[in-house]
Amino acid sequence: MNNSLVNPPNRISKLAFFHIDTPLLLGLLTLMCYGLIVLYSASGQNEGMLEGQLIRLGLALTVMIAFAQINPQTIRRWSFPLFIFGTILLVCVLLFGHVGKGAQRWLDLGFMKFQPSEIMKLAVPMAIAWFISSHNLPPRLHHLLVGFLMCLIPTLLIAKQPDLGTSILIATAGIFVLFMAGMSWRLIGFIAALISAFAPVMWLFLMHDYQRKRVLTFINPESDPLGSGYHIIQSKIAIGSGGVDGKGWMQGTQSQLEFLPERHTDFIFSVLSEEFGLIGVLVLLAIYLFIIGRGLLIAARAQDNYSKLVAGSFTLTFFVYVFVNIGMVSGLLPVVGVPLPLVSYGGTSMVTMMAAFGIIMSVSTHKRSIAKT
Amino acid sequence: MLKKRVAMQDVEAEHRLFNHRAVFAMVFVVLMFAVIVVNMYHLQVTSYQAYQTRSEGNRIKVLPLAPNRGLITDRNGILLAENRPVFSLELVPEQISDMPTTLQELSALIEISEEQQTNFLKEVRQQRRFNSIALKEQLNDEEVARISVNLHRLPGVTVEARLSRYYPFGDLFTHALGYIGRINTNDLKQLEENEQLANYAASRDIGKIGLERFYETELHGVMGYQEVEVNNRGRLIRVLRSVPASSGKNIKLNIDVGLQLTAQQILLEKRGAIVAMDPRDGAILAFYSNPSYDPNLFVHGISSKNYNALLNSADRPLINRVTQGVYPPASTIKPHLALLGLETNTISANTRIWDPGFFQLPGVEHRYRDWKRWGHGWVDVYTAIVESCDTFFYDMGVKLGIDRVSDYMQKMGFGEKSGIDIHEESNTIMPSRGWKRARHNQPWYHGDTVAISIGQGYWTITPLQLLVSTAVLLNNGLQPTPHIVRELSNDLGTESIDTTPQEVMQVVNPRNWQVVRDAMQQTVATQKGTAFNAFKGAAYTSGGKTGTAQVVSIAQDAKYDASKLDERLRDNAMYIGYAPADAPTIVIAVTVENTGGGGSTAAPIARQMLDYYFSAEVNNNDE
Repeated sequence: MNNSLVNPPNRISKLAFFHIDTPLLLGLLTLMCYGLIVLYSASGQNEGMLEGQLIRLGLALTVMIAFAQINPQTIRRWSFPLFIFGTILLVCVLLFGHVGKGAQRWLDLGFMKFQPSEIMKLAVPMAIAWFISSHNLPPRLHHLLVGFLMCLIPTLLIAKQPDLGTSILIATAGIFVLFMAGMSWRLIGFIAALISAFAPVMWLFLMHDYQRKRVLTFINPESDPLGSGYHIIQSKIAIGSGGVDGKGWMQGTQSQLEFLPERHTDFIFSVLSEEFGLIGVLVLLAIYLFIIGRGLLIAARAQDNYSKLVAGSFTLTFFVYVFVNIGMVSGLLPVVGVPLPLVSYGGTSMVTMMAAFGIIMSVSTHKRSIAKT
Repeated sequence: MLKKRVAMQDVEAEHRLFNHRAVFAMVFVVLMFAVIVVNMYHLQVTSYQAYQTRSEGNRIKVLPLAPNRGLITDRNGILLAENRPVFSLELVPEQISDMPTTLQELSALIEISEEQQTNFLKEVRQQRRFNSIALKEQLNDEEVARISVNLHRLPGVTVEARLSRYYPFGDLFTHALGYIGRINTNDLKQLEENEQLANYAASRDIGKIGLERFYETELHGVMGYQEVEVNNRGRLIRVLRSVPASSGKNIKLNIDVGLQLTAQQILLEKRGAIVAMDPRDGAILAFYSNPSYDPNLFVHGISSKNYNALLNSADRPLINRVTQGVYPPASTIKPHLALLGLETNTISANTRIWDPGFFQLPGVEHRYRDWKRWGHGWVDVYTAIVESCDTFFYDMGVKLGIDRVSDYMQKMGFGEKSGIDIHEESNTIMPSRGWKRARHNQPWYHGDTVAISIGQGYWTITPLQLLVSTAVLLNNGLQPTPHIVRELSNDLGTESIDTTPQEVMQVVNPRNWQVVRDAMQQTVATQKGTAFNAFKGAAYTSGGKTGTAQVVSIAQDAKYDASKLDERLRDNAMYIGYAPADAPTIVIAVTVENTGGGGSTAAPIARQMLDYYFSAEVNNNDE
């Protein structure tokens, strides 16, 4: 806290005035530039697509800066009302939602279509953090139970749409709050056991046919190489054939000749692996690791528990995105529709994610002003 | 603020707990990233080769390129089998914005049937949008012209040319050339056995019979290929590598178009075969079987109506009478038997017998009649051949015995395949004791030998065998292998067919061979000779022997028309001849079914053939 007084005034402090965390911003910008380079190749040199992504990134950055200006205490106060609002919207989606691609995820507001689950990605960890941080840490068991319940309701509502990927991400975000709050290891072990016991029930009653098929395909993609296994096989071929130094930018045959499906969205990591090889992958992982590390550092340095929990949960959720996407395109995990954060083309999730980073920046920068006062 | 102060005690502990969890989370993240890296290492380094191979397999396709089939010409280079472009009207759906309008416009230009449109639209639905699909095949010249001048206003419409086999002389060379047709299941099986299947990946046709089949490998050539890069929908992106196909070898025949045409014109409506050969090297100069048929019908797939008409015709046009026509040799083999008699000293050049008009076996009443009922009187070997005296040969044949006759005639080529360069060759019978025992389970009787002595009974030949055996007679025991093809050539060079005759007979005394040839020359040259009238006034010397076979036609077919029965029971006329007499360059065998005497019908045909041969000097560019 004294550091800010010792530091000579420079450009960084000017950025700090706008509540920008410089290392985090640099990490995010590096990631975005790298992502745009890959996207240009993955879209088949489609400049229109590149332009669209640039506009979206610009919008997302604006949203991030906007959120960074809000004091964490204000955010904290709005957490629970936002959670209630989001839950109501989720119920509305189930009742009058717009059906698209076989799932009911959108609310048609007349001027735009809108996915309430995006709100919940932020609202669930925020609300749980608000609840848990209003008591002493580590949380008591009945506090944890309330936390779980706050996590479970939206998760089930979203799973019902059905959107398994998002519901798992939201559940994870909520559980991360409880974990960071110091939930006992014994309980963690118990929950892990419960989930494994619950898995067959999920398989039999909660999962849709297409989801079951994905899992089966994940276990053995070669069983149906032209059908459900096609995506993952082509993706692995793209990654594997990239070798150590890759085939070169825009030289990836799997992606340029369109053997690779969804090459500019969910499978963009395969394009990167094919064209830039293992070296390119390591560079990407390094950038992600830097961002995650910075996020966790901000969380650790935060002054109040709410800020710590929210920043920690957001950062770990970001990691989950990265891990699930890379895991699924490289055959470690079943294929669930999770984009590679800030690299994949499009998606409202990008804006949501940058809003989360805005909150992390707010946490990072507002503590100083508190300390000064 | 109050709350905060109360909790003050816990803040340090809470921060410690949180930092503990944050460190743990970071370690977990790093571990998970390590898992990703290990997996990436496995994919991109350990399994790199395997995935690299699969990636290449995805993008690279091999397109086979069909070689051009070799051309076939006559000995003077006149085309007998060529590859002509066949035009088809093709459309690329991707480039056509309004298919119904385009089809309408095309229908206004040329005739397009409902069926063609339906089939086309079906194909359009099944094929890739960028593939070219045929709307109408085998366009005629006018249709090509009509489409071509309108192409500029019909985007996506093309006229494609493909090479297709064409036999310009139609039915003239069918039995020699054969024809090609679509590759069928049997052909595929055959190709697979010969490990040739890969070479036919781009080919549609294969030689079915005749030379087209015999020289299939040479005519077909070697397939080329293109390695192309394709995208996930199979669209060609670019050509990576191209290995051109190497065309099949061109084939030049020994046959002369003029001589062949003469054969066809002479035979006209008659059923029969004319085959001529150079006795010195076995080069086939004419090879014609009548009636014939148009091989072009088979190239694009013959209709079952047309095919049944050919198959069920009483005239049996599908039979290649030169090599598949099985006839009794009749008197044409008398020179051969005389040679055997002389070489075994059974007779000498001076031996004379009295011919009363018939022959009797010792102690048997039955009279074997001579064709001349009142007899030839005193007969020596010359008279016996010149006048075709049966009695002389009955007597000599019985003295020789079947064993010697059978053995000797087999050496001359009877009962054996000639080895000609087409596969369609029938088995014939050179009877022997063993054969009769095996075939009929009967002993051999003297009466059988009597019939054999004048080329009747069980003995059957093909016109080609008769021709080859006569060449042996002219060559003092050297047998040429008949071959229709003279040479094969491609860019790399020309390869001639081996023409060295094989020694098949031991010559006991060359004089004997000359005696027989002199007798054959007298058959043509002396007034009493059976071929004298036919060859009166010829500009060249020649030798020959007539034959008149008393048989039912080769068509042992129960289906033929009863009203024609009489005609088909008439004698076959046969003739073998050669010229010039002292140094023959051509030997010819003529067989005409059911037309009576060899001297009156077959010999004049041979005369016309030889007249043409010497007037046109077919052999001129031989040297």
